[in-house]
Amino acid sequence: MNAADKALSPKAAVHLISGNHACALGAIAAGCRFFAGYPITPSSEVAERLSRMLPEVGGVFVQMEDEIASIAAVIGASMGGVKALTATSGPGFSLKQENIGYAAGAEIPCVIVNVMRGGPSTGMPTRPAQGDIMQARWGSHGDYPIIALAPASVREIYDETIRAFDLAETYRTPVVLLYDQVIAQLTETVDLGDTEGLMRAERKWASGPREAYQPYASGDDGIPAMSRPGAGYRVHTTGLNHAENGFPTQNPEAVARNLGRLLAKFDRHHDTIDSWQTLSCDDAEVLIVAIGISARAAARALDIARARGVRAGLFRPITLWPFPEKALREAAAKARAVLVPEMNAGQLSLEVERILGGKRVDAIHRYNGDPITPAEIAQRAEALAKEKK
Amino acid sequence: MIVDSAPAFDVRDYLRLEMMPHFLCPGCGHGIALRALLWAIHELGIDKDKLAVVSGIGCAGRLSAYIDANTFHVTHGRPLAYATGLALARPDLHVVVITGDGDCLAIGGNHLIHACRRNLKLTCLMLNNEVYGMTGGQVSPTTSESRLTTTTPLGNSEPNFDACALAAAAGASFVGREVTHHVPKLKELIRAGLEHPGFAFVEVLSDCTEIFGRKNELGSSAEMVLRQKSELRPSAYRDTVDTPFRSNDLPTGILTKTERPEYGMAYRKAAAAQRANTAARASAGVNERKA
Ligand SMILES: Cc1ncc(C[n+]2csc(CCOP(=O)(O)OP(=O)(O)O)c2C)c(N)n1
Repeated sequence: MNAADKALSPKAAVHLISGNHACALGAIAAGCRFFAGYPITPSSEVAERLSRMLPEVGGVFVQMEDEIASIAAVIGASMGGVKALTATSGPGFSLKQENIGYAAGAEIPCVIVNVMRGGPSTGMPTRPAQGDIMQARWGSHGDYPIIALAPASVREIYDETIRAFDLAETYRTPVVLLYDQVIAQLTETVDLGDTEGLMRAERKWASGPREAYQPYASGDDGIPAMSRPGAGYRVHTTGLNHAENGFPTQNPEAVARNLGRLLAKFDRHHDTIDSWQTLSCDDAEVLIVAIGISARAAARALDIARARGVRAGLFRPITLWPFPEKALREAAAKARAVLVPEMNAGQLSLEVERILGGKRVDAIHRYNGDPITPAEIAQRAEALAKEKK
Repeated sequence: MIVDSAPAFDVRDYLRLEMMPHFLCPGCGHGIALRALLWAIHELGIDKDKLAVVSGIGCAGRLSAYIDANTFHVTHGRPLAYATGLALARPDLHVVVITGDGDCLAIGGNHLIHACRRNLKLTCLMLNNEVYGMTGGQVSPTTSESRLTTTTPLGNSEPNFDACALAAAAGASFVGREVTHHVPKLKELIRAGLEHPGFAFVEVLSDCTEIFGRKNELGSSAEMVLRQKSELRPSAYRDTVDTPFRSNDLPTGILTKTERPEYGMAYRKAAAAQRANTAARASAGVNERKA
């Protein structure tokens, strides 16, 4: 660790750091001890930071030959029992998808940071976007559950990085940390002294005799205990559909049972998985739903709108997938209209329309690399409020 | 060399017998390679609990499921990348990769050359049957010229890789090849690869009788193996590689063996030095303030 990094270690309380730097600090605080990645703007600072920090704590950093190898190495390290992270941006996130599906199906915990930049394809490497909302949920083939978190500030990146590891370990799942280029490279003063209340979860490890252990048995909570190589269980892990014993099967009942458990894995854990923020929702006639930099603009827009007599509120999902549906329904109960400002051609608005079926949902869709401004959001909210009932 | 004092090798001690019968076709060479691998593991006394086998997708990739160890059947082409993460995170494990010619040289070719360059301690066993067996017999990067496959109905007109030449050119510190005809020799080669303190690439010339052999009228499994044997010439050390393409001249045995720093060890050494440096500076800082 160089002098600058040391001054910024979590023990010193107040820091002036970027979002990507906060992610690296959060990973170390969460117990991450393995990183594999491939350089890509605007995520590379996460790798650069961790290449210096991981060896300090006995961890391993490796730059792989591409993003596919990076996620594969991360899953490999996690299969060995070590908390592992990779970080990338759009093109790399696309490349990782097949193996993210493997981690979901074989239930291997891991965290994938995706810093969203303009797309499609190489897009705009240094400009922000929010175009991977749907890819984070549906990017790999077949049906699978996944968690995605969408922090909106430097401090929140730190917290959500820690929570990403906790959720990954607790629920044996890949977790995507999704934030845009602005939040990634924004420098803010943050207090990292107060980390009370952040969990530090450890994986549920197999115990008891080998004969009685079933690597994909549901257990009380739907989350199977994992076995650590070397602990004597000698199990098989595969991306083929498998039975409770971990071996491949095409028996329709066994597949329905095991895939069914996988797909319902998060259903009874919404209390710990769901997370959101509401601002001025109680009396809101116009509810704004937004994430990341668009949510920060929206928070400012609330003041502008209210000064003009428009009662606007903000619902900001922090856990983006599974979407906190119940909380959104509650926040939107009294609103006449909903506004979704987002930096893409229409992704979050689709989910909001689905959840709030029938309600008037308007959107600002921006994909030219310019963030949406508070004034634009306030203006549209005002127009919505004035629409005839 | 067989160690006299070692208990007799019984392959059943290393197999998941509950997985039998296995799914390989009659005459397939992959099972012979598996037996040779398990025999070498037995001779070296590798603890099954500390053995991790990572395999890709294909008939070769399916072999891991039969081994009584920590086994990981991953995605097509990626076993070396998964194994890299596993071996770096868990240097206490003995990590072996089983892969096919398509898995290793086509979709996984990028990972192979970088694994050769990196020199992390891994043993990569590539079973070369000259064809994509699992998907029904399409052309592979090692299919010989003019051979018929389901996707080369006119005969293969692409040159084919000499996988060992490719691995050596990419910097592998251990490269060897053997044919399934010589099981004890194959076992010796795999054993040398397992013992090598770095990345070891071992190519096994396997045979796909049911699909490739039938299509090209190569006769029975025994005839295919005998033909392979007749094409080989005895072991020859090669430290220069002129071409990555297969020629009629196909040496076997250990082809390259060099000493290079093992990546995991080198990384851990550098990391320890950095930690010592940080600690020294921290204590110096404390003293400065005291003074
Ligand atoms: C990404 C991806 N592409 C294609 C496939 C289909 N596939 C399965 S096995 C295989 C080829 C296997 O050939 P090889 O590696 O030579 O092994 P063999 O079956 O001959 O032992 C292919 C193309 C796949 N499973 N995944």
